[in-house]
Amino acid sequence: MPSVKIPRKSTATDMTPFVDVAFLILAFFMLATKFKPPSPIQITTPKSVSSDKLKQQDAVVIEFDSTGRVFFTLQTEKMQEDDLNRKRQLLANVSKDRNLGLSGAQIDEFAKMPITIGSPFNEVKSFFDVPIDRRGTFALKGIPVDSADNQLTTWITNAKIAFAGKKLNYMIKGDNNAKYPSFKGVIEAMRRSDEYKYQLITDPEGVPPGTAEYTRRQIEN
Amino acid sequence: MADIDVSGGDSGHKKGPGVKKAKKLSTRVDMTPMVDLGFLLITFFIFTTTMSTPSTMALMMPKDDINKEDQTEVKESGALTILLGKGNVYYYEGQLDAAGANFKSSNFKDIRQVIIDKRKQVIAAHYHTPACEEIQNKWKENHPRDPNWKDACKDKDFVVVIKPNSDASYKNTIDMLDEMTINGVKRFAMIDITEDENKLVQLTEQSASNK
Repeated sequence: MPSVKIPRKSTATDMTPFVDVAFLILAFFMLATKFKPPSPIQITTPKSVSSDKLKQQDAVVIEFDSTGRVFFTLQTEKMQEDDLNRKRQLLANVSKDRNLGLSGAQIDEFAKMPITIGSPFNEVKSFFDVPIDRRGTFALKGIPVDSADNQLTTWITNAKIAFAGKKLNYMIKGDNNAKYPSFKGVIEAMRRSDEYKYQLITDPEGVPPGTAEYTRRQIEN
Repeated sequence: MADIDVSGGDSGHKKGPGVKKAKKLSTRVDMTPMVDLGFLLITFFIFTTTMSTPSTMALMMPKDDINKEDQTEVKESGALTILLGKGNVYYYEGQLDAAGANFKSSNFKDIRQVIIDKRKQVIAAHYHTPACEEIQNKWKENHPRDPNWKDACKDKDFVVVIKPNSDASYKNTIDMLDEMTINGVKRFAMIDITEDENKLVQLTEQSASNK
């Protein structure tokens, strides 16, 4: 019987196409990645059908987490001297109005770094006294927004004064599990500062088919 | 002439016996470590990536108007009040009657139909006026491709009032505001729940949890 010779094949596969694909994907992710800014606050925003994208702009960002702590951040589109001066003016004014006793260096730090305020007035000073690299461990109590003592109003009003003559947007970012009273407190602070138009930061979601909004979008596109 | 000599070392000119043959090295490189590294980086980037940029939802709240003339009047027949409790939705049409007979329970899925039905009902009950025609024509001008341009004014009496109580979560509130966008409700308001309504919501929730 003639035996059939099976040719011996090498087990080594050519990895090159594999590498090509892997690096293609890698390149895609590297370009698509936008790093989340480090934040001491964990917030999962609710979903909405809104299709307006969040832009980088001069804005007062008010956040509240699931436990109802409220935070205030002043975000500027650019970091020019004018913007820094406005930020400096904000904290200097609040410090003067409420006797926070902040030093000039601390006010300067607030202007130059993206610092989130999340303490009642009597603790702002001790927050700034902690060196910047150890602030992560500082226990933030949140800015009080209850109707008796709505301190957020002071922050918003002063931000408004500091940004006079420039468009300032107001953004609210709340956690799914936060209760309505914290949201109401924030709205109340806005109302007291005479601001009625703001943007809620949400996660995008599709519009359910068959609804009025769905047909509207189909017509307009 | 234009040929490139591709022949092996031996075939062309013979070398003497003492000349060492240059060892041919394989040009193949082992790619495995490179692939390993590649995928490691891919996993890293996948985990750190935030794909969806957040969207923003514009919200406008009314000013506190002290003078009565500037306040918007709402027709009772066109009002739908939605109450938000711990997890459920409650609603009533028009005004809440003293015994709470028109107070109904719903949930986040069914409330959409309630809103749609109420809107249809308001449109059906619409009484035509010249002022209304003006609104319709204006709408038609701005939205030339909308086949429902006649509804622009017909649903003008339709107002949804959202009243979350203190147990309602932010998510529920946003979901309800979003429902307004989804159903094209042009007039809605978010106001505080009254004492009576809150009691009614809490009682209903208690009896539901006791069952």
